[in-house]
Amino acid sequence: MIIEGKEKKWEIVCGLEIHCQIISESKIFSGASTRFGADANENVSFVDAGMPGMLPTLNRYCVHQAVKTGLGLRAKINKFSEFSRKNYFYADMPTGYQITQFQYPIVGEGVVTVDLEDGSSKDIRIERMHIEQDAGKSIHDIDSRKTFIDLNRAGVGLMEIVTKPDFRSPEEAGAFLKKLRSILRYLGTCDGNMDEGSMRCDVNVSVRPAGSDELRTRCEMKNVNSVKFVMQAIENEARRHVEVYENGGTVEQETRQFDPISGQTKVMRKKEFAHDYRYFPEPDLPPLVLTDEYIKQVADELPELPDAKKARFVEKLGLTKYDAMVICENKEVADFFEKAAAGHDAKKVANWLMGDFFAMLKRKNLTIDESPVSAENLGALVELIEKNVISGKIAKDVFEIMSETGDAPEKIVEEKGLKQVTDTGAIEAVVDKVIAENPDKVSAYKGGKTGLMGWFVGQVIKESKGKANPQIVNRLLAEKLN
Amino acid sequence: MAIDRQTVNRVAFLARLKIDDDKIEATEEEFNKILNWVEQLNEVNTDEVEPLSAVNDLPLICREDNVTEGSQADKILANAPMAEYGYFVVPKVVE
Amino acid sequence: MEKITSLTVHETLDGLKNKEFTATELTAAYIKEMEKRRALNAYVLETPEHALKQAEEADRRYRDGTARVLEGIPLGIKDLFCTKDIRTTACSRILDGFVPPYESTVTANLFAAGASCLGKLNLDEFAMGGSNETSCYGPVVNPWQEERKLVPGGSSGGSAAAVAANICAAATGTDTGGSIRQPSAFCGVTGIKPTYGRCSRYGIVAFASSLDQAGPIAKDVRDCALLLNVMAGYDHRDSTSVKAEVPDFTKALGQSVKGLKVGIPAEYRPAGLNPEIAACWDRGIEILKSAGAEIVNISLPHTKYALAVYYIIAPAEASSNLARYDGLRYGLRVPGEHLDNMYINTRSAGFGKEVKRRIMIGTYVLSAGYYDAYYLKAQKVRRLIRDDFVQAFNRCDVILTPTAPTPAFPIGDNSMKENPINMWLNDVFTVSVNLAGLPGLSLPAGLSGDGLPLGLQLIGRAFDEETVFKAASAIEKECGFERLK
Repeated sequence: MIIEGKEKKWEIVCGLEIHCQIISESKIFSGASTRFGADANENVSFVDAGMPGMLPTLNRYCVHQAVKTGLGLRAKINKFSEFSRKNYFYADMPTGYQITQFQYPIVGEGVVTVDLEDGSSKDIRIERMHIEQDAGKSIHDIDSRKTFIDLNRAGVGLMEIVTKPDFRSPEEAGAFLKKLRSILRYLGTCDGNMDEGSMRCDVNVSVRPAGSDELRTRCEMKNVNSVKFVMQAIENEARRHVEVYENGGTVEQETRQFDPISGQTKVMRKKEFAHDYRYFPEPDLPPLVLTDEYIKQVADELPELPDAKKARFVEKLGLTKYDAMVICENKEVADFFEKAAAGHDAKKVANWLMGDFFAMLKRKNLTIDESPVSAENLGALVELIEKNVISGKIAKDVFEIMSETGDAPEKIVEEKGLKQVTDTGAIEAVVDKVIAENPDKVSAYKGGKTGLMGWFVGQVIKESKGKANPQIVNRLLAEKLN
Repeated sequence: MAIDRQTVNRVAFLARLKIDDDKIEATEEEFNKILNWVEQLNEVNTDEVEPLSAVNDLPLICREDNVTEGSQADKILANAPMAEYGYFVVPKVVE
Repeated sequence: MEKITSLTVHETLDGLKNKEFTATELTAAYIKEMEKRRALNAYVLETPEHALKQAEEADRRYRDGTARVLEGIPLGIKDLFCTKDIRTTACSRILDGFVPPYESTVTANLFAAGASCLGKLNLDEFAMGGSNETSCYGPVVNPWQEERKLVPGGSSGGSAAAVAANICAAATGTDTGGSIRQPSAFCGVTGIKPTYGRCSRYGIVAFASSLDQAGPIAKDVRDCALLLNVMAGYDHRDSTSVKAEVPDFTKALGQSVKGLKVGIPAEYRPAGLNPEIAACWDRGIEILKSAGAEIVNISLPHTKYALAVYYIIAPAEASSNLARYDGLRYGLRVPGEHLDNMYINTRSAGFGKEVKRRIMIGTYVLSAGYYDAYYLKAQKVRRLIRDDFVQAFNRCDVILTPTAPTPAFPIGDNSMKENPINMWLNDVFTVSVNLAGLPGLSLPAGLSGDGLPLGLQLIGRAFDEETVFKAASAIEKECGFERLK
């Protein structure tokens, strides 16, 4: 995206830092539960509460999840990594420091390919990913003079993914977040819900004259909590920078806050008040050392990821790139699709899935897991059309019943007697009846109004209550009228 | 490296400590004395030396992902100077 | 017969097994002594009811024949170990009234072996100090020449004084730069700081995590071995504790030192070394030589930098470890209008002078722009110091040095008050051992001209406490040191 200034054109330079809560049973450094929604301070161990003499112990599964994620980001897994303390005082940071990784993160450089609206794709480079602990929650709105602290979230594992400043438009950042979320969900390492805070995004924005390669002062916006807001924050912040520069000003390096209501950003912390985190190696935890065998073992467990699945759906199942992209964004949808398409015409299944099926889910406000229509039944429905047992039109009625009752389409077709009539004799009788009852139309047709053929077909199908096979009707009518 | 008053105050704030005005000078002086003393380390050539942070060269042993602790808000809050409705309570946080 | 409180742990165990006295009688005797010696200020909390209850259980077990290895032994616990439902303060106002809902692994191990808790022992605030004068409960008086009001050393000053004064059978200590060994030397008792990772740090209020180790302070070498047998062991709750087999350390006692190579580091005999200390050291060397050990002159060239390294690394880690004392979840809170005011008010009132000094230094050396010059540099020199020992242990099996450069000094010593570095110099012979993570034991080996105990230090290879115990028992046997009875 190019911003047209008064004097010149500007381009956006943007990088993201995304905090992703690791899916695990227990916290990254303690045996307390990560379960959401418990009563205040119930999922808290003495370690999480920063009690004197308490020590962190690393959760093996969190490491596994991080390595898995790193591999999913096509990134280098560092066999040597180290935990560090990031020191700062805050009410919901009980020890006065966060255990994180600084100099030696567990995951190094990687890449994520994003799919853009125009059908093109772009590689976004990942700088690094490290693991760390989450903070607790400060609740400010119970009392006007007090802050309440709940440590249930304190110590939940986080993966912090840092991108290179590769985004040149809000759309690229939005596409990246969607793709990242999709990858994490495929991997089962983070549920990616930005609105629930299990994925949180810090946005770094600067601008520069279009085409130049300089790097100007950037501003950081913390905790922007939806894809839409991230995109808004980038655009509005970039426009603010352009305005500052074009009015002869300079952009100050600062931390800003995005206000979702106004869509604007405002200063949170100036550089001179920036924290001095005093990082140093965490003396309570020896370095984390991984072996090649371990990394390989995790790699062997990786599921097929969205890009690979998309490519396979295009190549092997003949889907369009767009359809494959839509279906593969969500693993559950892709799995549902594959199950439904097994043994059937995949393209037709895709059409049904993206058409009537998605519309039905949306109407009923259901997730795909809650769908009354099973994958097998959707496949069976397409099969009935393919085999001429029912027409496409009847199929829509059958689908409606399926989405109410959850019944198999065969059963519905059987019970309601919706089977297409393919008995030529029976159809011929209806054709004859229609011809006999409409002599004027017959002579008009014979007089050259061949467009009436459609009318005849419609009449016959109507007369058969939709069950007559349209191809047979067409053939018989043609024989009798010509 | 000589420490000035501003540095003393900055460090004190980072550590959330207050140095009384009448003690700042003495603190400054003492700080400089100590830092001058530790700067004897500059005599040592450490160009090719790796820093040592973990003395026993152990690999990190990980824990299994099991929930072993929790449902003990009473114990967590038992020592709190102020707690209400199961929360720790502090004066209003201002950014 | 001497008082039962004067007995060593192993003598006491014999007495209990042979039904010469019951655990209840023993405990009552200790409680009585404790009360009589309150002027020492060794205990900051006495828990007599608790100890008596544990004694009842011990007596039952002796009757049942289910007595455990330390059954009925009344211990004093340094108030740095968190003890479940028993107030733990690290002798700091900031932990005012803190009652841990958990037990440290080391004390849990001791109590599970049948030992009991007479109370919590005084120490320098957060174990920062070499004289026990920084405690918020006031200084401890060294039981040797009590009227002279000498320091017991520190930080485990309460522990060493209590053991020396026979107001506990033995005590726990912790050692970050010499905090077990130096007070042991000052009080004429025996203490060992085991290899880093030998004992779990879980539940011990942290000072400097990469240096802190727990260990026993006891009346003789055998008692130390007995206690360490129980205290040591891998703990899954401390990632720096080591999965190494814990041998029966008592097996090393009394073994011949014939052919043992004893290293004598040249750097520990600087020009101005106190002649009495030097003489005591020479005597130790003589004893081992006479017993058949081979004396080897070694060099630990980076020794002179150890204190500076220590006084960067320890404060740095401490500044971070002590950030949790913020008045929010436990301990002292001094109100403030806003959160930051509350932090500042609480921490300014809650920490003593020495602790604040170290937090300030630690904060500074880690801060932006100074990290490389101080902290990173110190870590590099730390490696050189450790490598010195690795080299030295290619030539010898154990190293013998003095424990401290002086005997006990008076409470309120001016030179140390005026310049903190003078106080820190007490650790000159002990800090390297912590920086290198090695085991170090101090045992009393003689008296100064004016009758104060002097200690010798034995340093071993990592996880080779056995050789240290072997050499220590050889010296102990010959040096004829008389404990206070």
